Amino acid sequence: MQLFHPHARRRRALGARLVLYLGLGGLAAAFVKTQLIDYEALAQQAEANRFRPVMIPAPRGAILDRNGQIIADNIPSYAISILPASPDTLRARLMRLAPVLGLTPERVEQLLARHRQTPTLPLLISSDLTFDQISAVEERRLEFPTVFIEMRPKRRYIGGKAVAHLVGYVAEISERELAEPAFEGYEAGAIVGKAGLERQYERLLAGKPGFRFINVDARGKIVGDISPRPHVRPVPGKNLQLYLDLDLQRWAARVFPDTMRGAIVALEPGTGHVLAIYSNPSYDPNLFVNGVTSEVWNALRDDPAKPLLQRATVGLYPPGSTFKLATAAIGLELGVVDPKAYMPQPCTGGMQYGSRYFRCWDHRGHGYLNMADAIKLSCDVYFYQLGLRIGLDRLAEEGTRLGFSRKTGIDVPAERSGTFPRDAEWYRKRFGWKATAAEVLNLSIGQGPNDQTPLKMAQFYAALAADGRVRAPRLAVSSDPGEVWDLHISEENLRWLREGLRRVVQEDGTARLSALEHWDWIGKTGTAQNPHGTDHAWFVGMAGPRGGKPEIVVATIVEFGAHGSEAAQYAAKVADYYLRKRYGMPIDSVQTLRDYMLAGRPTPWARWQ
Amino acid sequence: MAVIRRIRGLFGDGVLVAAVIVLTAIGVAMIYSAGQLDVPDPGVVHLWRMQLLWWGLAFVALVLVTRVQVRWFEWAAVPLYVLSILLLIATLIIGVGHGTAKGTKQWIPLGPVSFQPSQFANLATILMLGRVMGSWREPPSSVFELAKPIAVALLPMGLVLLQPDLGTALVFGAVLLATLYWGGTPVGLIFMLLSPLIALILAFQGWLFSAYMVVLIGFLYFYRSYLSEAAAVVAANLVAGTVAVPVWNHLKPYQKNRILVFLDPNIDPRGAGYHVIQSRVAIGSGGVFGKGFTQGTQKRLAFLPEQQTDFIFSVIGEEFGFLGTITVLVLFGLVLWRLARIAERVADPFAGVVVFGIFGAWFAHVLENVGMTVGVTPVTGIPLPFISYGGSFLLATYLALGVAERIASEQGGKI
Repeated sequence: MQLFHPHARRRRALGARLVLYLGLGGLAAAFVKTQLIDYEALAQQAEANRFRPVMIPAPRGAILDRNGQIIADNIPSYAISILPASPDTLRARLMRLAPVLGLTPERVEQLLARHRQTPTLPLLISSDLTFDQISAVEERRLEFPTVFIEMRPKRRYIGGKAVAHLVGYVAEISERELAEPAFEGYEAGAIVGKAGLERQYERLLAGKPGFRFINVDARGKIVGDISPRPHVRPVPGKNLQLYLDLDLQRWAARVFPDTMRGAIVALEPGTGHVLAIYSNPSYDPNLFVNGVTSEVWNALRDDPAKPLLQRATVGLYPPGSTFKLATAAIGLELGVVDPKAYMPQPCTGGMQYGSRYFRCWDHRGHGYLNMADAIKLSCDVYFYQLGLRIGLDRLAEEGTRLGFSRKTGIDVPAERSGTFPRDAEWYRKRFGWKATAAEVLNLSIGQGPNDQTPLKMAQFYAALAADGRVRAPRLAVSSDPGEVWDLHISEENLRWLREGLRRVVQEDGTARLSALEHWDWIGKTGTAQNPHGTDHAWFVGMAGPRGGKPEIVVATIVEFGAHGSEAAQYAAKVADYYLRKRYGMPIDSVQTLRDYMLAGRPTPWARWQ
Repeated sequence: MAVIRRIRGLFGDGVLVAAVIVLTAIGVAMIYSAGQLDVPDPGVVHLWRMQLLWWGLAFVALVLVTRVQVRWFEWAAVPLYVLSILLLIATLIIGVGHGTAKGTKQWIPLGPVSFQPSQFANLATILMLGRVMGSWREPPSSVFELAKPIAVALLPMGLVLLQPDLGTALVFGAVLLATLYWGGTPVGLIFMLLSPLIALILAFQGWLFSAYMVVLIGFLYFYRSYLSEAAAVVAANLVAGTVAVPVWNHLKPYQKNRILVFLDPNIDPRGAGYHVIQSRVAIGSGGVFGKGFTQGTQKRLAFLPEQQTDFIFSVIGEEFGFLGTITVLVLFGLVLWRLARIAERVADPFAGVVVFGIFGAWFAHVLENVGMTVGVTPVTGIPLPFISYGGSFLLATYLALGVAERIASEQGGKI
């Protein structure tokens, strides 16, 4: 056999070609799989390799008062973010940035923890950088190739301290919030409303964040333009229009004494529109934007005056004598009392009921009284008798129907419901003892198991100021008008009740020093018994042009304020400011009768003097 | 027409030369593209000019080699082989590494440039094997008769492995197999030669290894091999099967990792498997038509390693898509097919074995390099003929081409 005979060579060449075709065919098959079959997945992978999505926060909607004045808006600030990397790499990069940005080791750990939530997204390190910090980073750009700086809108509260409780504040979304259904669709690092209107109207104000993509190389270094145009534009948040008057709000903050604790709520009668809602002491919400320092937070939290508390909606106080109007209204509604008639038993400084003697606040006694004078003098004995006529069960039921054990339904996230017995049985469940008929005596003068927020009392008086009906208080225009709350009292009876309130501020009424020169200013003082010290002072009043209908209702609580006449001063000044502004009169800080007397001005308008 | 005739006179196989020239031109273009990055790499940007220079040099060498008679190659085989062995030994002493192979000793520095003796040793080994097998008048009847060619191939292969350069060393193995095959070695003997390697792999499955040994003994019986030969083959297989597991356990973790990653790149996506994954992403994301010349994002953003040398085929796949990869594969198929055709038509045993040795070497390069970019062969640092950047390698392939062309032209009008 010849080894290299042409036939032998042809046979071998055939074998060689077979191997060649098999080899190249195998490779071709691998390319069919890679480039044709797996194309979609691999193309996506290639895109994922080179692009990193970066969230563009939507500018938050502004919060405007009833006149279009800005309460909260946005100012540009600098934010610094770092591209995702493995935890160890990222830690090393953050540590390198730490001295430049002033990051503490705890903050670095906190950031790393957040990065674990969304490991594919860039990590926002800080959204509130100073210009010096920006410059420091930019100067050393080459040392920080995976870091990028961008402009972001930052919240600003123009109202400042005056609107703190009202607007709330915004800050970075917490891990707990991310899990809540209310924040579905939110990403870590998002700035969200934490309290107040910012929280209540979060979805409206927030808008929708946009996205853009930045190009990175294999090492995660940013390639090309740092801030190309957005691929998905952010949808700016909508503006929130309030019924509130920022000037009035500021005035309320101004007239309320700095050293005292308490709240002022001003509503529009009938509609329930909130004109002012202020709680003292307050704080600067701008300190909270994008994260509050622990020193500030601890100081506010540990302050015995509780500046973080929105007293107007979560502060519960026994309504005291201001509740007598509720007793009166229920009596009138049930038809058990004639407002013009005297109560059969005169006030002699108290009255005997069963085995107990119930005192009137004034031991000298008030004699025979009709409803209006009973309101004026706040006579307990009159209301004891009225309460007995109504009966405990009916008073409890009607009071409950009027909402004294419910929230008003105002559009804020934090409101507490009042405490009020549902019926006689309620006492047993709550306290373990059966209520006697005598319990109605306490309840009818605003004592007993009865705690209300200033807002609730304001709402009740707002019904008295209108036609006996009022809607749930509303801060913002866009919301639903709220349920109607009806006292079912005739117009005539309402006039009687208001007549009683008028007398409070006249002649020898308890709040006469709060009388106003230009307006009909009427209302009711109250003293909330405080087992811990000096009593809390209430005043709920309403004002309008002389001879006209009330146009503003103001409720004020002053903790440890001793007597309602003190609270009446602040309430009157708020009402006066609102009406002066409304009717185009010059604003003057000398407003009430007491102001006039202290300023030495003549007061011919105080006719009863 | 005169020019074409002249060129035809110069080269024995014009189609082969044309295909190689097209591939080299594609190579220069891809090396240019490899330098077009978003993350500028000054070391790569101007390499295409260097390659162009090398191409010119290689072309001159090609023309010169075609002027040399085949019997001179045969005569020069022994001195060239000895010289290359000496150079390989010298490389182990004064050699340097480059790029990702910095820790190795593959290049001999020569003034401003450096050259890679292993690529020339490959050609010398082919010539040497041609001489050995060209002298055969009878086919070898037992594995013992293969001792000489095996020794000729294993010596340079071992020296290259010491550099270490596993990819190039494997090519020596491929050359040995190809030349043995063309030299007329019965396939049964080649199987016996390779059987210990199979044993090495199957050793990890006890029952599979046992079954394999039964089949092997059966094969030896029916093949009527010599008793001593059969005993040697069985012994070699047993040794391979026995040492495989201890040797594996003795391997360094990174070495194990390399092998495991070949089996599944995803077991270590950030480490050893990273290059394979990114290369597949580059090729796959090219789709049918590719992203366009110089536009490959994986390449531009440095996701591809060694995009101008070992992974240049990934750039072709990314920028020219499936059409590009298939075109290049077809061109390689054409080149290899023409080599097989020359070997088939050459009557001279030495010339035939040499041409088929070149076939084996280039085929091994293409299979290993292209296969590694799509993850069907393990990653070893091995360049793609004509296309990858590298002066020595281009020169060596053109010298081999010259040898093949001269062999083809000496067949006169028969080709």
